[in-house]
Amino acid sequence: MKLFKKIFLGAAVFGLVASTDAFAAGNKIVMDGSTTVGPIAKAFASSFTKSTGVQVTVSESGSGNGAKSLINKTCDIANMSRSMKDNELAAARGKGVNPVEHVVALDGLAMIVHPSNRVNALSKAQIRGIYMGRYTNWSQVGGPNAPIVMIQRESNSGTQDSFKELVMGKENPISKRAETQASNGAIKSRVASTPNAIGFVGLGFADNSVKALLVDGVEPDARTVKNGTYPIHRALFMYTNGQPSGVVKQFIDMPKTAEGKQIISEIGFVNYY
Amino acid sequence: MFVVSARKRRVQKIAKVAGESTLLLFASFVAIVVFFIFFFVARDAVPYFQIRGFSEFFTSSEWYPADEPAQFGALAIIYGSAMVTLGSALIAIPMGITAAICLSDVLPFSVRQYAKPVIEMLAAIPSVAFGFFALVIFAPLLQNFGGPILMWAWWILAAPFLLLAVIITADLLTTSIADPGKRKLANMLIASLLGILALVLLFLVGRHLSAIQILTGTNALNVSIILSFMALPTIVSVSEDALQAVGRELREGSYALGATRAETIVKTILPAATSGILAAVILGIMRALGETMVVWMASGNSSHIPDPWFNYLESVRTLTATIAGDMGEADQVTGSARFHVLFAMGLLLLVISFISNLVSERIVVRQRKILSGQ
Repeated sequence: MKLFKKIFLGAAVFGLVASTDAFAAGNKIVMDGSTTVGPIAKAFASSFTKSTGVQVTVSESGSGNGAKSLINKTCDIANMSRSMKDNELAAARGKGVNPVEHVVALDGLAMIVHPSNRVNALSKAQIRGIYMGRYTNWSQVGGPNAPIVMIQRESNSGTQDSFKELVMGKENPISKRAETQASNGAIKSRVASTPNAIGFVGLGFADNSVKALLVDGVEPDARTVKNGTYPIHRALFMYTNGQPSGVVKQFIDMPKTAEGKQIISEIGFVNYY
Repeated sequence: MFVVSARKRRVQKIAKVAGESTLLLFASFVAIVVFFIFFFVARDAVPYFQIRGFSEFFTSSEWYPADEPAQFGALAIIYGSAMVTLGSALIAIPMGITAAICLSDVLPFSVRQYAKPVIEMLAAIPSVAFGFFALVIFAPLLQNFGGPILMWAWWILAAPFLLLAVIITADLLTTSIADPGKRKLANMLIASLLGILALVLLFLVGRHLSAIQILTGTNALNVSIILSFMALPTIVSVSEDALQAVGRELREGSYALGATRAETIVKTILPAATSGILAAVILGIMRALGETMVVWMASGNSSHIPDPWFNYLESVRTLTATIAGDMGEADQVTGSARFHVLFAMGLLLLVISFISNLVSERIVVRQRKILSGQ
């Protein structure tokens, strides 16, 4: 009888451990990707964990890495500030992954300069000229007589891809003199501390430490991005492998909830839904 | 003699073999790791050269890996690595060796006991902390006060050297005068004349430097300075060990022959410790060449050769930073030139460090032979 009891107890304990394990496995969301979408994902994650108890981890390693993680099945959700490229989609299909796109929010790329810079507005063509290296002095675009320090993102950044696509166009490579920084935050802090610098960041990152320029005469804000008048705007995405279900679906649907909308506009992005 | 049973002897023999082979296993493991790294990096680097050939990589400075069509000219990047390494060596080597001499032969033992561990603590600071400092504090500082910083650095570095140069030249020019009174007078005259010249030089160059506006603080100079700090503990510590290893006999022999402390250091101790100091220098340079985090954060990462070529105030891009920065994107399309070109860069770094290690090894061996009189 005693032996039975022991065995029973052991089995019960084992079952309990096994079931909490299984519980934990379905109770975790791993996200990787864009440093632009990162703040949204992190804010979603903390409120999601609070309300559901689901653990959400968010890594910010760039859109390209997010796509890679999804393809290698090391994350549940890939945050991306651009759509997946054809070669990424092909690589995904090759590995039996079916990326499904979900729009999280809209974003404008704010062109930022040092607050002391006299320039308040640039046209898209002027920005292109600056980054191609055609204009090297602020006086050529209506500013003071000082050389321009242009700052770009590294090559696995979705923001960089968006900038190239929306501003530069295919035929115009960015000048070799452009400095490279690894995140929105790094660009902002470089521009905030460099009087002659120009850079581009997601709308949510353009705070008081820098000055966001009017592009083609339009101020970058939630309204102009939503109605499409601000010329450098894009959608931000989360990608899942197949249609999401369970907690992942619940998470993906957050931008549609009142709470999600509030989070997005609080961080400085623009609601899509 | 004591008798050991056959069984016990067998056990001892097995234990001996087992022990030795375990040691051998661990020792060879390290060597095998080096071999494997070489092998795997080379395996992924070779396809790049098969796809694109050699000439573009080494002669073009058009680095557009993400564009269509892609361009993989790494010349500017290789140049950036060389520039930053050279810059940090120029700062760290004189500073490191001077500090080592000071520690080993000038400072009293009790001070050295404290000073050396403090210097070695520099090596324990993680490179990302250095990078953060370089990006957030040092870069804006260079932008705002670049000119004055350069001017003070010039004065502090150049003044003692010029003073020394003035004294030595004056002495050399007047040694031929026989009459001691006349010699002293001539010496004074020449020394003061040269001194005034040196002061004018100090002032003019200083004024020129202080007028410089540093456009961007994330540049080759910033990285060179920070990298030299990172290489310093290695150089100081290893060359100080080398100087200590020279030993009491040589030092006291030199003093016994009537040499001053300066003569002993310059003519006896330094030559005897050359091999060790050289090894220290090469180790320090390798530290600077291989460092990634600091250059990725603070070099500005623009892949062009500065204009003019020695302009340390422009931002540059290095091999290590390029590998770190482009790895994420390139990895998705395994097998593309874009993926393999990073391995080609890694291989280049490996080969450079391998060669300099070999060279330093040779120098050490040769020096040891000369010293031991063979």
